[in-house]
Amino acid sequence: MNRIIKIILLDILKNKIIIGYTLILGLLSWSSFGLEDNSAKGLLTILNVILFTVPLVSILFATIYLYNSSEFIELLLSQPIKRKKIWLSLFFGLSLSMVLAFIIGAGIPLLIYAADSIGIMMLIVGCLISVVFVALAFLCSILTRDKAKGIGIVIMTWLYFALLFDGIVLFLLFQLSDYPIEKAMVLITAFSPIDLARIQILLHLDQSAMMGYTGAIFKDFFGTTLGLILSFSLLCLWVVIPFFISLRKFKYKDL
Amino acid sequence: MIEIKNISKKFGKLEVLNDVNLTFNSGECIALIGPNGCGKTTLIKSVLGMVIPTKGDVLFDQKSVLGKYRYRENIGYMPQMGRYPDYMTIGQIIEMMKKIRNSNQELDEDLIKSFELEKIFDKPMRTLSGGTTQKVSATLAFLFNPDVLILDEPTAGLDPLASEILKEKIIKEREKGKLILITSHLLSELDDMITQIIFMQEGKVHFHKTIDDLLLSTNEQKISKAIAKILKEKKNE
Amino acid sequence: MKNLFYLILLFSSFLQANVIEVGVNKPIKSIKKAIALAKVGDTVLVHKGLYKEGNIVINKKIVFLGKDFPVLDGQKKYEVLSVKSDGVIVDGFKIINSGYGTLEDPCGIKVYNKSHVTIQNNILNDNFFGIYIQNGTNCIVKNNKIKAYGKEEQRIGNGIHCWKSDSLQVIANTVSGHRDGIYFEFVTNSIIWRNFSSKNIRYGLHFMFSNDDAYISNVFKNNGAGVAVMFTRRVKMFNNYFEENWGDAAYGLLLKEISDSYIIGNKFKKNTSGIHMEGTSRILIEKNIFEANGWGMKIQASCMDNEIKNNNFVGNTFDISTNGSLVLNTFNSNYWDKYEGYDLDKNGVGDVHYHPLSLFAVLTENNPSAMLLFRSFMITLLDKSEKILPSITPDNFVDKTPLMHSLSL
Repeated sequence: MNRIIKIILLDILKNKIIIGYTLILGLLSWSSFGLEDNSAKGLLTILNVILFTVPLVSILFATIYLYNSSEFIELLLSQPIKRKKIWLSLFFGLSLSMVLAFIIGAGIPLLIYAADSIGIMMLIVGCLISVVFVALAFLCSILTRDKAKGIGIVIMTWLYFALLFDGIVLFLLFQLSDYPIEKAMVLITAFSPIDLARIQILLHLDQSAMMGYTGAIFKDFFGTTLGLILSFSLLCLWVVIPFFISLRKFKYKDL
Repeated sequence: MIEIKNISKKFGKLEVLNDVNLTFNSGECIALIGPNGCGKTTLIKSVLGMVIPTKGDVLFDQKSVLGKYRYRENIGYMPQMGRYPDYMTIGQIIEMMKKIRNSNQELDEDLIKSFELEKIFDKPMRTLSGGTTQKVSATLAFLFNPDVLILDEPTAGLDPLASEILKEKIIKEREKGKLILITSHLLSELDDMITQIIFMQEGKVHFHKTIDDLLLSTNEQKISKAIAKILKEKKNE
Repeated sequence: MKNLFYLILLFSSFLQANVIEVGVNKPIKSIKKAIALAKVGDTVLVHKGLYKEGNIVINKKIVFLGKDFPVLDGQKKYEVLSVKSDGVIVDGFKIINSGYGTLEDPCGIKVYNKSHVTIQNNILNDNFFGIYIQNGTNCIVKNNKIKAYGKEEQRIGNGIHCWKSDSLQVIANTVSGHRDGIYFEFVTNSIIWRNFSSKNIRYGLHFMFSNDDAYISNVFKNNGAGVAVMFTRRVKMFNNYFEENWGDAAYGLLLKEISDSYIIGNKFKKNTSGIHMEGTSRILIEKNIFEANGWGMKIQASCMDNEIKNNNFVGNTFDISTNGSLVLNTFNSNYWDKYEGYDLDKNGVGDVHYHPLSLFAVLTENNPSAMLLFRSFMITLLDKSEKILPSITPDNFVDKTPLMHSLSL
């Protein structure tokens, strides 16, 4: 497996898009940290990067890469290599390179300017979100052979998690505002990896506000060690489940 | 060596293979022929495990290949349209395949030499012509000295010279006692190479004969003519 | 010449005053006995030791002095020290374990309707109420360390409780673990200065019906509900530090029915709400720092004619929030770190007006659960569009002269 991961990893790291992504992340982070004397603005920039850019780039790049390497996958398949191994190697290669890009681009400035609980939380969450969206890309791209269709599905998926999901939640919040829905809302966040990530960061970034009435409910849930473990496990499930489904499909895919 | 047992394959509603039964043994050079879309490539890919049959089984040395991968160590595959990562050079592809196989076996680099690939080792794959890509595919198929060679339209796209080189190589390997499976449209090219012929149509095996049987039964000298005769007869029935 | 006269007068008074010593190795072993023996103006000097004498009543003007912090133990049954005379000085005791009661409020030290009492340099530990001034005038409570271990609001009293008094000075005390750190009710013309009130169950400072007071340079940190100032006029709140008052109903400073007061030079840091104002009018809020609060200021619609100027708002989740659309308060020349305008004429004042009320602050005010969505991409988009074209937030909620740079406060 290592040999194939190494081949894939080296190939991706040479890719211009990944290099560009790393550079843009770095540029954004360094400049937003450097401009202000307090780190708050830089943290906000990186938060938006984690919630917006990282998912988009991860899912889109991984999907396009998968479609473009269909030849390579075919070539590997005619070799004495397990299907599972091929798919896992691709997944690890892509995940590692996205995580690496994030750590180099945004992680280093984070550790330099905000090496406290917020910074470290953001770093971990950013890496996890990268992997989650790579996993989602695997799921989306196994669903259809058509590259254009696949990219379409991927963009819809991203749009859904980045924007529509929150829109639906906001709508529900105001439609059901007469009912005690806070606890149900906590549950609903489990259905979006971006929301899970955002709330974990929020608990650290807006600590004071989260101590308020409703914030306290979230804090009581997510802020405890149990909540922390639970929401990270949920994020990990967001990696494992889509990837596992895609792996099963790949095992029985005809090439 | 390879046994195909009651294989059926459906892509959606389309039935590509319908209850195919075949046996291949080492030392044979078998041509798999038939019109476009008759299921030749699907059959080959089933043997390679790239297509998973809806029904039936493929045995390699008496063992089922379904869900297995190690048996592919003994197979060299040359695809119909070799597609390789664009950004890699010929040299890198060959290097990579060596790494992936990671075998200590002696490599068969005959074709690298005879196709003179070393001169263009640093050419990226995307700049290659179809013919050159085929040369690379052929080289890779033979590289690891496999017991079984599966060649999907090997001579299509090759210039006459390269075609001849490949043919010679195939004959040489056959004489070493290897099993060679070839699909082809160009019947005229097959004459000297093959020992058996399988004709497929609409997902079924139409016939499976040795060349001698075929020529004898049709009273022809050339395979192409013999086949044509059989088809004509069939049409008249 | 005149000075000399006073000096002699002073000296002669010392000559008349006796010192009665109490201690294990002294002729008098009981404090009660010593007080009974003492005459007006005498000093009762108590040496180190543990004294369990139930309720000690000081009913004459004496100096009651502890040496090396003798311990007066109320054994959880009695009020430890009751001051029932004018001009008493209590200094240097360690007072522990007062009784517990809901009707008579037993205390560590209680002053009953007297004036000119000084209570200083004492340590109070685990008492129901710490120091209680009932109907006192001109009393001084100074340098005491008051600590309790209350868990529930109902089962513990206040640290320094002042009721219906006038001209008190509460200076440099440290209070923690009580219900309210410092409690003022019907106390006028008094000063609270340089106290440190932390980790109290309810308020660090609880302030009601107490006109014409000032509290200056105090630190209120990590109290259950912060500081409450209610039903009061003419209060001066200067240079205090409100920090880490966290909770659903916790405020750095809660103002309710306050008028004609000044809030100047304070720092509000890491509170759930920096200032929460209700029914507040004619208040000047100037030169304060609001930093890293959940809400910098919550101004309810019942507030009017307040002026908020020259403050720094830095790193708050929301700078301002309100529950209505009526704006009767003015914002002038504050520094808002969320301001994104420009300053072409380089006079330090932004050329674009600043609307400190964000759409999301309004949304959460109406529907607190919406906090769940804070900082999501959706909300950021909505907020940005609202900033450009205000539709839901009142457009007269505005600072017309926002500063480009923070004030050095």
